Amino acid sequence: MPHLDARHLLCPMPVIRVSERVRALAPGEVLTVACTDRGALYDIPVWCRLEGHEVLESRVEPTGEVSIVIRVRP
Amino acid sequence: MVMDSGTRPQVQRKAVVLLSGGLDSLLAARMMLDQGIHVEGLNFFTGFCVEGHTHAVRKDRQRRAVRNSALHAAEQLGIRLHIIDVIDAYKDVVLNPRHGYGAHLNPCIDCKAFMVGKAREWMEAHGFDFIVTGEVLGQRPKSQRRDTFPIIARESGAFDRLLRPLSARLLAPTLPEREGWVDRERLLNLSGRNRKPQIGMAQAGGLAYAQPAGGCCFLTDPNYARKLRDLWSTRGERRYDFDDIMLLKIGRHIRPRPHFKLIIGREEGENHFLEGYRHRFVHLFAADANGPLALVQGEAHGEDLTLAAALTARFCQQRNAGSVRMTIVRPGGFAEQRIVTPWPVDQLPREWYL
Repeated sequence: MPHLDARHLLCPMPVIRVSERVRALAPGEVLTVACTDRGALYDIPVWCRLEGHEVLESRVEPTGEVSIVIRVRP
Repeated sequence: MVMDSGTRPQVQRKAVVLLSGGLDSLLAARMMLDQGIHVEGLNFFTGFCVEGHTHAVRKDRQRRAVRNSALHAAEQLGIRLHIIDVIDAYKDVVLNPRHGYGAHLNPCIDCKAFMVGKAREWMEAHGFDFIVTGEVLGQRPKSQRRDTFPIIARESGAFDRLLRPLSARLLAPTLPEREGWVDRERLLNLSGRNRKPQIGMAQAGGLAYAQPAGGCCFLTDPNYARKLRDLWSTRGERRYDFDDIMLLKIGRHIRPRPHFKLIIGREEGENHFLEGYRHRFVHLFAADANGPLALVQGEAHGEDLTLAAALTARFCQQRNAGSVRMTIVRPGGFAEQRIVTPWPVDQLPREWYL
């Protein structure tokens, strides 16, 4: 499964990196994203809604890291 | 495609809006949507945007909702937003502004011309018709004046495809107005720094917007500008990379010697952020107590590191102890420990603080 390490990046870099990575993926592919910026919990799902991608899961790990799973729009 | 009253098909015109997330660009975009224009937002990330970074790093600010203002604006408007990394391209604007700086290191006219120019490139590449900004005549001392508006339109290459809906009726009609793509009579004639009309419009429209304290660009911040000048001065040349300008936003910056400075985390969120740079810098922390993480930027050896350890110890939990054991780690992982006396608070020269 494609994975994006966006840890230690601050807003809006996680969104920028996700948008760049998603552009290279095929419709329906699933991308997991790891972030340390808590703002990504809001920003990445908003960006996905605007672009029509689906957020399958978002959670904060015990380490404090944010993990978000995105399915690219069909 | 839409039909006019005579059933003649009309192409829906497309506008790209420079969307900062602030009030003015939000309203400008809303006005275009209200006129049936297809609108998409552009938000350029230069590395100096106050947006996000200051919200995200410090733990005390994480108690508030942290979100990107431009994305939040786009969500309210229901439009796509393209956030674009222009960090490298923007360096020339910061380093060589044709129109000079404002009060600090803010190259406002060049910045606006650059952003509108980037929007023009995007517009041409994506088949859009015109560019919209939230600029208001007379609102900003450098870039939003009657004499600088044409400079921005010309130097960006946008010319009369640049529409400023909030002040349009005080300006010459642009192409979208002359061609009837937008109704000039429904545009505004706002000017000056009074934002009551815009606030009233936002309230009437139920729009929420960001109100960044102290502006939206670190280059207008005197403290930030001083640190950036110090970086150039000690480096011996005017250049920067992304990590340089990020680190200037984080922590206390203390330069006890010309050849090195310390970046000391002020709280947990900043320490966590600085951890991401440990592999590139000598870094220090208290071995047996809670305290900050400090990065050493520059060349520090021997007694310099003892001084760095004493200064860092001054900010740890044991700062009032007679001695503190500090761990010093070099890039590559070699670690040593030194026992130091925390630097006395009253002996920390003010001029060491950047």
